[in-house]
Amino acid sequence: MIYRRFFNVPTWRIRSPWEELQRMRQQLEQIFDEAPGQRASAGVFPLINLTEDKDCYYLRAELPGVNAEELDIQATANNVAISGERKIAAEAENARYHRREREAGSFSRMIGLPGDINSDKVDAKLENGILTIVVPKAEAAKPKQITIKS
Amino acid sequence: MADTQSKELKVREKQEVASPAEQTTPGLVFTPAVDIFETEKDITLLADMPGVRADDLTIDLRDNTLTLSANIAPVGDANEENLFREYETGRYYRQFSLSELINQEKIDAKLNDGVLRLTLPKIEKATPKKIVVKAG
Repeated sequence: MIYRRFFNVPTWRIRSPWEELQRMRQQLEQIFDEAPGQRASAGVFPLINLTEDKDCYYLRAELPGVNAEELDIQATANNVAISGERKIAAEAENARYHRREREAGSFSRMIGLPGDINSDKVDAKLENGILTIVVPKAEAAKPKQITIKS
Repeated sequence: MADTQSKELKVREKQEVASPAEQTTPGLVFTPAVDIFETEKDITLLADMPGVRADDLTIDLRDNTLTLSANIAPVGDANEENLFREYETGRYYRQFSLSELINQEKIDAKLNDGVLRLTLPKIEKATPKKIVVKAG
């Protein structure tokens, strides 16, 4: 009897406290990974928001004061490259500045998309200083509705 | 500006308004980046407000306080799923106090490609007049 009790001690419960912490950390990380709207900036101008629906990816960037002619957008297999220049026209010579927070300069950025795209049908528009690029997914990358036959 | 032609643009996080006043509607509020300059005749303000349409912008000038506030048009479809978000969107709000008297009737505001250009003409009295010193 004594013998049995001795060996019935649930040894698997006696773990190092570090193991327990490790497990908690993993669970926390999982929670944060799943949170929508996570921010992981690439640190390259312009900042981009990427969304998708069944057929397309949507890339959006805030580019106030950039002309469409000064933007160059190129699409390859599953990359979209955006480059251009933001110009701020010089004002009258006798203008005295109180504040100067807006910046001019050139930029270029490459965005890798998670799936294959149809690079022939990429559509871009610039409206109120927001660039929207609609990138259709390649046929193979689109989800297929599967009908169940009875 | 000739010297800025080749400059690389750096990422600048949008500035969230610290606390203009208690907000009644939910959502984020940002401070637009501005340029302000003055000539003898007027004060010009340029503000970057991407996503703002002319109808959504309110410019208010009273008691020498200029208030810019703007709502933004919603972007995208409800059934779009976020893959990654590097910037947030929200309203814009910023206040300035003006030391000059402004001719309210001649204020001119233009909104182009998400940039507001506001021209505030000074009242005649405030424009400097050259004073000729006569030799006695």
